[in-house]
Amino acid sequence: MLCQLEGSQAIARAIALCRPKVVCAYPITPQTHIVEGLGELVRSGELSECEFINVESEMAALSVAIGSEAAGVRSYTATSSQGLLYMMEAVYNASGMELPIVMTLGNRTIGAPINIWNDHSDAMSARDAGWMMFFAETNQEALDLHIQAFKIAEKTKNPVMICVDGFILTHAYERVDIPSQEEVDKFLPFYSPEVCLDIEEPLAMGAMVSPDYFMEVRYIAHIKQMKAIETIGSISEEFFQKFKRKSGGFLREYEIDGAETVIVSMGSVAGTIKEVIDELNANGEKIGLLSLICYRPFPADILNKALKNAKKIIVVEKAFAIGIGGFLSREIELAIKDKEIVSVIAGIGGRNITRSMLKECFLQKNNNQSTKFLGLNEGIIEAQ
Amino acid sequence: MSSLTLGNRIKSENVTIQASRLRPNTISSGHRACQGCGEALAARCAIDAAYEAANGKIILVNATGCLEVFSCATPENAWKIPWIHSLFGNAPAVASGVAAALSNQKRNDIRIIAQGGDGSTYDIGMGCLSGMFERNDDVLYICYDNQAYMNTGVQRSGATLPFTRTATTLPNSKYMGNDPQTGKNVPQIAMAHGIPYVATASIGHIHDLEQKIAKAVQINGARYVHIHVPCPLGWGFEPSKTVKIAKLAIKCGLFPLFEAENGKVTKSTPIDEVIAVDDYLKAQRRFAHLFSKSASPDPLSFLQKIADKNIEKYGLKKGISNE
Repeated sequence: MLCQLEGSQAIARAIALCRPKVVCAYPITPQTHIVEGLGELVRSGELSECEFINVESEMAALSVAIGSEAAGVRSYTATSSQGLLYMMEAVYNASGMELPIVMTLGNRTIGAPINIWNDHSDAMSARDAGWMMFFAETNQEALDLHIQAFKIAEKTKNPVMICVDGFILTHAYERVDIPSQEEVDKFLPFYSPEVCLDIEEPLAMGAMVSPDYFMEVRYIAHIKQMKAIETIGSISEEFFQKFKRKSGGFLREYEIDGAETVIVSMGSVAGTIKEVIDELNANGEKIGLLSLICYRPFPADILNKALKNAKKIIVVEKAFAIGIGGFLSREIELAIKDKEIVSVIAGIGGRNITRSMLKECFLQKNNNQSTKFLGLNEGIIEAQ
Repeated sequence: MSSLTLGNRIKSENVTIQASRLRPNTISSGHRACQGCGEALAARCAIDAAYEAANGKIILVNATGCLEVFSCATPENAWKIPWIHSLFGNAPAVASGVAAALSNQKRNDIRIIAQGGDGSTYDIGMGCLSGMFERNDDVLYICYDNQAYMNTGVQRSGATLPFTRTATTLPNSKYMGNDPQTGKNVPQIAMAHGIPYVATASIGHIHDLEQKIAKAVQINGARYVHIHVPCPLGWGFEPSKTVKIAKLAIKCGLFPLFEAENGKVTKSTPIDEVIAVDDYLKAQRRFAHLFSKSASPDPLSFLQKIADKNIEKYGLKKGISNE
């Protein structure tokens, strides 16, 4: 069914279609509308047989989900920015305990200074936490990714985080195609874990693990996530077969055939980049885009193949590590050797990424800087 | 009449839960607790009593701490019932999640117990505990209070008594142990949430402990039972004296035994013969410095006043019974 919906409401509808049994809600901008939407769907009865719990912090939000998932029911929560940091201990705990929780991250930067606007700093703070992480390019993809997320999580016994650009997607009204309950039920089976907290078959979860076993536990988690690449691909393919829409998977290619320069980005900024590419390629440039959807596990081999004909790679990234630089560009350097890779740090703390900025950046030849900050106001810096 | 009814023979129906052949032993022997551990004893009595009262339908959520570490370390597990440990500060929230899942599955017959030490209860987990209380989630929370962070080597917590010597409140020429103007009262904080049931218990009075747990586990909503568990290592006494020390704490009034329903005290256990706090304090090395030098305010009379106030507040001379 086609609807004109706010991104957050589209996500709330997608979650409801997945029939979670426990939803934990704690407000934080820009994620709040998602849990508000779910609360409304639960109260109206549209999402039935679901416990909607207003908790007292993000730490509690994910901890309640850990408890309910451990007790064997499909569980969901959402957060952003400071909220993700506040629950970070539980973020690592959920993946360490192999609990297939799905969480939306409405991407927002991290303070201080406090700032509620979009970038990917929050997601990058969790990049090593053992969760699978996906970035949505559009509201439609955000909706679709959430439906796939439960299937991926439950099949691989690993939590999944769906990253959705705060405001740009969460608050934007777009047309989305909402599948029917029947269609989603056919795609996503009833959740029945192999083991859970069960009085008939008592087990202990979260026991202490000594140096004799710990390294193996971590190694297995790594291998398991690398192997999940296959699962992610097949679930995306199954989604396409059932819903006739290409969503999820690893990356989306745009004008990649014959492209000499390939831009790599994650999330909603791909839309602006595509417009710039159209304009530049109409004037004879050869620029393409790889929009990375699956960030964890990092699909290095798939990226390597997709980038093999590129002469130059420009990574437009919405987060960087103070003291070293971009995250994504460095990870791409691991995937592909001996190519010119330029890191363009853009949109930090919600700074607009305009077409003219991108155009100038993509056309720049003979870069002597490997890291550039897009749209930096030199006047402000000099005044300090 | 024959001596068979006077103790010459003890029939199985007359033995305590401790001695019963049918005792569930929810936590089995062979775990790694220290000799004379009050927490291990309390957990065994409490969870066994809960197990009996709930017909064996118990799920345990454990905060990080001594109890978690000594009872479950791969590949060994002392628990015979479903058990989960997540983090230090989130046990009440994890328990809320388990309760929500079971309520969703219409399995309210399965009872959820969250448990932790005073560090996780008073300090790092206070937010999650208060959240679980105010939502009135169907969870029984048990705090095993040994009045310091024992697992990390006896550091001060919000439950540490004034003037106590801990690794982070060492007495010296300027200080007399833990600052007297600090600490909080979690049973009272629990009561302030208006939850259906709050009780204090002690391993110095095991039948009372078992009765309170058995009662608590069957009530719906958020419940809190606070158990006083002396720690031989952290408090400085012989492992054989654990129960005796617990009894002295009750007798001097520093650890009042009471029950409260919906925010009001309904019952307290009278002290047969009130003793001076000195008799309790001097039996422990953590208070030894109080007997070797004088200070102002006088620590012993300061602690005596706390005991006196408890005796008055909870009516410990006669006991309260408003059930």
